Amino acid sequence: MKHSPLLFSRLLFRPLQQSSLQFSALRFYSLRYNPLRYIANSINAWRYSAAIGLLLSMLSAHVNAADFDYQLTASEVKPDVYVVGGVAGDLTFKNGGNILNTGFIVAEQGVIVIDVGPSRLYGEQLRALIARTTDKPVIQVYITHQHPDHFFGLQAFEGVDTAALPGTISDLKLLAGDYSDNMYRLIGNAMLGTEIVLPKSEVLPGVVEVGGRSIELLALGGHTASDLAVFDKASGVLFAGDLVFHQRAPTTPSADIPLWLESLAKLKSVPYSVLVPGHGPVSENATPIDETADYVDWLLTTLQSLAEQGMSMAEALQQKIADRFASLVVVQNEYERSVVHLYGNIEEGLLPPIE
Amino acid sequence: MNVVKNLCLASALSVLAIGTSTSWAALPMKDPLNSPMWEYMSQQYFADDSVAFSDAVSVISADHAEDSMNVPIMVDASGLENVQEILVFADLNPITTVLRFFPNEMQPKIGFRIKVQQGTPVRAAVKTTDGHWHVGGTWVNAAGGGCTAPSVGSGNVDWASRLGETSGRFFASNHDEGRMRFRVMHPMDTGLADGIPAFYIEQIKVADASGNEVGVIMPYEPIAENPVFTVNTPGNGPLTLSGRDNNGNTFEAEIAR
Repeated sequence: MKHSPLLFSRLLFRPLQQSSLQFSALRFYSLRYNPLRYIANSINAWRYSAAIGLLLSMLSAHVNAADFDYQLTASEVKPDVYVVGGVAGDLTFKNGGNILNTGFIVAEQGVIVIDVGPSRLYGEQLRALIARTTDKPVIQVYITHQHPDHFFGLQAFEGVDTAALPGTISDLKLLAGDYSDNMYRLIGNAMLGTEIVLPKSEVLPGVVEVGGRSIELLALGGHTASDLAVFDKASGVLFAGDLVFHQRAPTTPSADIPLWLESLAKLKSVPYSVLVPGHGPVSENATPIDETADYVDWLLTTLQSLAEQGMSMAEALQQKIADRFASLVVVQNEYERSVVHLYGNIEEGLLPPIE
Repeated sequence: MNVVKNLCLASALSVLAIGTSTSWAALPMKDPLNSPMWEYMSQQYFADDSVAFSDAVSVISADHAEDSMNVPIMVDASGLENVQEILVFADLNPITTVLRFFPNEMQPKIGFRIKVQQGTPVRAAVKTTDGHWHVGGTWVNAAGGGCTAPSVGSGNVDWASRLGETSGRFFASNHDEGRMRFRVMHPMDTGLADGIPAFYIEQIKVADASGNEVGVIMPYEPIAENPVFTVNTPGNGPLTLSGRDNNGNTFEAEIAR
């Protein structure tokens, strides 16, 4: 490597800690070939002001529009244990991000909540649903992991002890802002008024007594660096978080698949009678665990094999998905996303450094 | 005035094109990707050259830019003979030119990753030695989906010590041709982020043992950080890569096997 003298001034000039995010949204307005400017230039002033007028009236209508209604319902999977199920699919404006399972346990002295949904409105509506179900106060919230569809409802749980694994909280300190931007873009109006509220306290693995109920907290990982599973011993209900998907393709933006497979093996040894996956229908057997393990194992093996054949990342996108996964909801989309998440690291290990 | 003039010129040219029984349409043509920028792009890149959309040029990518800093692209024009140059551009990117590739003795096929600002057409224009441009492309939509991860550059603090570091190898291929994949450590800064001037690899020459130039890749700012390239080479090496960035840093690496 021959360094030009310019490199040294660049070392001083380039802020080292700054993320090299290249095309920020604000930057869009100082583009050399800005399509908006190109279009705006071709519209005369009269049309332009009319367009702004229209836009303003749309905006005011928007503010007056009724809040997004998630129409949450609770199903009692065991006495005093409820699951609030979402629709299988991607995050969209239409579903407001309600693609997951949240849940709550009505203990003797109060309510324990597992995950709080994708937005302030979801959190508020979940809290209202709990209040319609029981007179007892919410005393504890657990957040299973860092993904945005699971924690943005925390805003509605001020005054309650909200807790997550230490790794979840430290990751959220870095990523919550970006997650927020992304969620506003993906679910739109349903995100209205959502602010970033992080879990307050860190939990350790083990059995804890909460409101007169024995709760076993399992500190696992693989779907993200820190995945919390919550096992209610009295009822035998296991809230597995996103370590387990059911009839919906698993997501991998923060995945470590070998670790994930280890965690799934551990979950299998939990003596549960009801298994609540992070996404998809509740089950009374191990099918969702096996299905998730089978898929993520296939995913890793397939990508490794493609990388060993020297395929480019774009070629890897074209791989046909094994037939046995065809019925998983959004499997084609998730496969393509997973290629982008995982392929870079896999191929990096196969390209030897040149001296 | 300019627009009117161009339109007049364009219609005059289309009349000419119809008159001469070639299949080469003059500008403007109906864009199969229906991009608001096609006319502007075609004026920018092709001016008076003859250009046509062609199924012989494919651009493979994901439907959605899951990570907008790292969108995989593969251009394949191996159905065309006598390819002189492949020009890749993204209509709606702030910097539209993505890459130029002069395949010389390589197959007209190249894989790489790009940064996108928003949903955009990504096109490959392939110039054959007869001077015609053959254009293929695809839409890459903006991020969407499930637990979509935010797009952030790695912001590596050790980028300077690893600048120009190259890794790569050949992969066995079913055909006479080899496949070479390599990665070069480089921030590939676009110059659009605050306080970070444009800093990118602008040329990678590929030469065989006798110094014969097998092909040249010319990346531009939108190529992703620490770029990885996939090319089909004549034989399985050894080949030498000689690169240079826009600040005059150079690197060289021999991929032996």
